Amino acid sequence: MLMSLRHKMPEQTPDERRKNFKEVTLGYTADIAKAEADRCLQCKTAPCRQGCPVEVNIPAFIKHLREDRPDQAVAEIKQKNNLPAVCGRVCPQEHQCEKLCVLAKKGQPVAIGRLERFAADYGLSCDCEPREVGAEPLGKVAIIGAGPAGLTAAGDLACLGYDVTVFEALHEPGGVLMYGIPEFRLPKSIVRKEIDGLKQLGVTIEVNAIAGKTFTIDELFEEEGFEAVFIGTGAGLPHFMDIPGENLNGVYSANEFLTRVNLMKAYQFPQSGTPVHIGKNVAVVGAGNVAMDSARTALRLGAENVYIVYRRSEAEIPARAEELEHAKEEGVQFHLLTAPVRIMGSEKGWVSGLECIRMELGEPDKSGRRRPIPVEGSEYTLDVDAVVMAIGQGPNPLVQHTTPGLEVNKNGNIIANEAGFTSKEGVFAGGDIVTGAATVILAMGAGKKAAVAIHQFLQEKHAVKE
Amino acid sequence: MYVIEKTEELSQGVKSFIVKAPRIAKKCQPGQFIILRTDEDGERIPLTIADFNRETGTITLIFQEVGCSTRQLGRLQAGQAILDVAGPLGNASHIDKFGTVVCIGGGIGVAPVYPIARAYREAGNKVVSIIGARNESLLILEKEMAAVSDILHVTTDDGSKGHKGMVIDPLKSMIAAGEKIDLVIAIGPVVMMRGVAEVTRPYGIKTIVSLNPIMVDGTGMCGGCRVSVGNTNKFACVDGPEFDAHQVDFTGLMARQRMYLEHEKEERKCGGECSCH
Repeated sequence: MLMSLRHKMPEQTPDERRKNFKEVTLGYTADIAKAEADRCLQCKTAPCRQGCPVEVNIPAFIKHLREDRPDQAVAEIKQKNNLPAVCGRVCPQEHQCEKLCVLAKKGQPVAIGRLERFAADYGLSCDCEPREVGAEPLGKVAIIGAGPAGLTAAGDLACLGYDVTVFEALHEPGGVLMYGIPEFRLPKSIVRKEIDGLKQLGVTIEVNAIAGKTFTIDELFEEEGFEAVFIGTGAGLPHFMDIPGENLNGVYSANEFLTRVNLMKAYQFPQSGTPVHIGKNVAVVGAGNVAMDSARTALRLGAENVYIVYRRSEAEIPARAEELEHAKEEGVQFHLLTAPVRIMGSEKGWVSGLECIRMELGEPDKSGRRRPIPVEGSEYTLDVDAVVMAIGQGPNPLVQHTTPGLEVNKNGNIIANEAGFTSKEGVFAGGDIVTGAATVILAMGAGKKAAVAIHQFLQEKHAVKE
Repeated sequence: MYVIEKTEELSQGVKSFIVKAPRIAKKCQPGQFIILRTDEDGERIPLTIADFNRETGTITLIFQEVGCSTRQLGRLQAGQAILDVAGPLGNASHIDKFGTVVCIGGGIGVAPVYPIARAYREAGNKVVSIIGARNESLLILEKEMAAVSDILHVTTDDGSKGHKGMVIDPLKSMIAAGEKIDLVIAIGPVVMMRGVAEVTRPYGIKTIVSLNPIMVDGTGMCGGCRVSVGNTNKFACVDGPEFDAHQVDFTGLMARQRMYLEHEKEERKCGGECSCH
């Protein structure tokens, strides 16, 4: 039993899926889910729980699945996780809960993520009752940013009995779940359903509301009666490389490329109003999840050759194993130990090629990874007509610039402690805006902690008043 | 939903909408813009705020019907609503007392110039405005501009109204006559703004242009509106939209403006599949 293999999840074949935007993985059937749940040892120590940033009681929900109670399984998960259908799909489980599973020591860990997804999808299809909300709100809390951190904090605070309003700059809530992660990895209908669940808890979501522009944080306190504010604005400022040719037509930040396709539905152009340029051959610079998403999106939009250009080796690739595997299967071509030097352009100002240089790995740098060093004279040119820069994002500065008393570090990230307290009273922050670009689940973990801290802060504040 | 209270056709293909948007009307300043989306499948369209009324909670948007998205917007009537209006975006114009300020608007660019000219006048400057269009029927906001300017020059390419020629002609004349100019602000087609920049450059007259490159979110997230200013990349949405005209790489800007020309043609020949028909 210990050595048994985890159950595979059915998925579209690579040939089929590289032509469509439908979800790649199809999810466990009830039978497979039960068989996989049966692999769980139900060990008392439950090390898997320590690996979960939002502390889902993993053995408990799996026990419900073994006993054919998916409704109770999802209820158990939702005690801790407001967005299980999202997490079941996009969490890097292999580095979290599954890594610590006892079975992982001698074989393959229980497929916790896949089971979470199964339970959550069951929950979505059967429309579980929302949790009870207290009649009289305990206070008014504003959440800035309807991404994973903000939505999680909003859900938890609403459950505790607060009147919660989420302000979102774009026209649709979800943050990176809507504009960044593609449909084939996270269907937008799933995100919308989970957000509808929050609305049922009484959370108000105001879109087209740009903190720092449409209103300031101070105005929320002084003019709109909010008693606490949580900032979860994420990492939304694209990085570029500062190499020649980056302003040529056909060069995108991953943010722009993915937003055009995911949020603005450019793959349906001209039925949708927003176009996107692909061309025949596309280079994606970077090898994180965002880079894999961009490369696989370019393939689906009809590019003939899509290259990942990454300056380190496969061992250092930061993307999830599953995403890397899927990208390879679909035909994404990898130029590893390769760095872009300049982007070449046509007379009319369009991308015509990407000049690269080969790299070798030297001694470890500050990040602990071996430092890439250019190999002199090894330059070569990739024939491409579009380049997507997926080399990371920084913090968007709109809120910080318009909020006196809110301290930021030298990178522009808001300084907040583990619980989410910032330098400004009543203002909390968490997720990528504090830590720099990370994962959905870590942002959710920060949102949960901040919800606890806000609750404590407001209870103390009210106690003093009384 | 953002209800359109009033529509008006200012000239052929140029429309003015008064839109209820209380949060934006309360905050906006001259020089800022909004991003709107007409419906579910619509593009995010950036438009400058041509006027605002804090009491009624309304803003005025003036736009030219050039592509599918703006034509679709133009078909909306008073009483109907725009799905999304987000803003105010970008930085406000730096309004101060400089002395003599020349405000230049070309074509649809007169719309964003108007509140800026008014603000300079209110700040105690002598405002000389120059507005121009291809012909008389395309000229907008003449009366409004006259009301907020000490002197107003009108130019048309074909001479059907005012001076026959370009908006830079009266500016050149002022400079040739030795008039003291403390600041020039120019908004219009990129070619026109570049022309103004080249006229004032030799004399070191501070010149500001307002750029409207292609953008998606307008909050610094997509990086699509990047423009080289003084050899460093700036995002027009958060660093601008106003920049020192003598530092802007207009050639690069013009190339980027043409990025989706082919796609626009595709829209026009799509035979009714898209929402613009």
